[in-house]
Amino acid sequence: MTMVTVLSRRLLLSAAVILALLVILPSALDPYQTILLSYGLIFAIAALGFNLLLGYTGLLSFGHSAYFGMGAYAVAFIVKYLKITSMEVFLIGGILASAAVAALFGFLCVRYTRIFFGILTLALSQVLWSLAFKFFWVTGGTDGLRVPTPSLLGMQMAPGQDKMTFLAHRYYYYVLIIFLAGLAVMWVIVHSPFGKALQAIRDNETRAEFVGVQVRKYRFVAFLISGAYTGLAGALWVPLNGLTTPEILHWTFSGKIVFFTVLGGFQTFVGPIIGAVVYNYLETYAVGHTVYWQLVLGIVLVVLVLALPAGIVGTAKRLGLRLRRAA
Amino acid sequence: MNLLVTKVLTKYFGDTHAVDGVDFTVQQGELLALIGANGAGKTTLVNLISGMLRPDSGSIVFQGADVTSQSVHGRIKAGIARSFQLVNLFDQLTVLDNVALVIFSREGKTRNFAYLADHDRPVRQEAKDVLQRFGLESKANMLAGGLAQGERKLLDVAVAVALRPKLLFLDEPTSGVSTREKAPIMDIITSIVRSENITAVIIEHDMDVVFKYSDRIVVMHQGTILADGTPDEIRTNDQVITTLIGTQASG
Repeated sequence: MTMVTVLSRRLLLSAAVILALLVILPSALDPYQTILLSYGLIFAIAALGFNLLLGYTGLLSFGHSAYFGMGAYAVAFIVKYLKITSMEVFLIGGILASAAVAALFGFLCVRYTRIFFGILTLALSQVLWSLAFKFFWVTGGTDGLRVPTPSLLGMQMAPGQDKMTFLAHRYYYYVLIIFLAGLAVMWVIVHSPFGKALQAIRDNETRAEFVGVQVRKYRFVAFLISGAYTGLAGALWVPLNGLTTPEILHWTFSGKIVFFTVLGGFQTFVGPIIGAVVYNYLETYAVGHTVYWQLVLGIVLVVLVLALPAGIVGTAKRLGLRLRRAA
Repeated sequence: MNLLVTKVLTKYFGDTHAVDGVDFTVQQGELLALIGANGAGKTTLVNLISGMLRPDSGSIVFQGADVTSQSVHGRIKAGIARSFQLVNLFDQLTVLDNVALVIFSREGKTRNFAYLADHDRPVRQEAKDVLQRFGLESKANMLAGGLAQGERKLLDVAVAVALRPKLLFLDEPTSGVSTREKAPIMDIITSIVRSENITAVIIEHDMDVVFKYSDRIVVMHQGTILADGTPDEIRTNDQVITTLIGTQASG
């Protein structure tokens, strides 16, 4: 028992330190770095949602670009057709739209598992991508749709204020608060009786059914929550990027979400978060330093799969355990 | 009183008559052993009754209600539970969580995603009580995947018992464990099943186990029921001896 309290106290302490850092950082970093961190936190929300399916339910989706993109396009449509620029409306619209698509796709996909599930999610997301690509009079095609800087809690960007400063300060804190709320909610979900049922399905589908868990129904609900989280991330991403293009719906973006999660470690709760933030830095610096950035990321992925299959957090945990045993 | 009755229950796999017109009855409160050679149709019969397979024809009546076309979920709610021949556990959950999950499921609490499972005191307490009765309380915080084979077999049964079933099918609860471990495992299982008033059907190969622990024995052979009687009746049944026990009878 004391071991557990010591561990959780240490956990709480490190969480407090990280939180303090996240709060202080914008005043210490230049705006560009803060914006980069915002991207990382947004991708972390998507990865958290994705990992509810992979890490906790045992389903590997290769189509999460669909929900991220749906969140982003929903915001762009709200701007284009409703002329609204309120961030709160964006978030609600993004979540509802991505949840609706997740409900439709999930209804079809949860009938399958393993590779069949993965391929079906990929195929369905590519349908959305081709719609965004072809229906250019609605979606702007490859030019995409622009999204202006939104109002946060009814407050507009002050006239004459620099957009970078706005994004690096107010918008960053907005993202941080939603990230923390999303984190807390997901923590409760995976530790709830519902979360235990998902893990039971992951470990042993047949037995789960035979202890009364309605496997398909639970998978569907997990799919819905996962899609809504990723959609929320898409809605937060688009004002930061200023533009949404079909790229965000393409299956290669789904691959990135998988990459975040594997990089951080899908068997841990915080792994996908760390993975998303680290990947975002990695890609940004690789792109900035070499034209062969895809090669760099490819090598990282190969090393990761061969040498660190448990990901950054999984490996760190194992090392920590080994050190503690040795001590 | 009949708890379960099947009427001309039939399941073919291609040309194989896995279960061929079986009339099978389970009486309230008994501990029944279902025996027969490999391929006799025992596991198929249990799969049909538990809802894992659909019969080609025939009916299954449980507590007077026809459950032939009911879902697995519906049958579990009605009170039919089972364990598996090859251990089926939630390996990455703790031993305690394996049992707690079943209690959450039984109580309809797995729908809840707004509170922490570990904070549900009554469920945790009940799960601990179940583990204690199975002698697994010291393993509560281990991952189920890390248990030894004998403990895994016990936890498999504990998971089924935690559903508080009326009728429990145990598919070879001592397969894969050493001869020395068999009797202690069966002692634990049978004493719990009897004290909780669970009617149990045990599929078993080990004749010593069968004769020692069961109230009644049903012998299956090539998809049909060959004999049905008390252990003493079966022990002296010539047909059973020739077709099933054969040369082992002396042993």
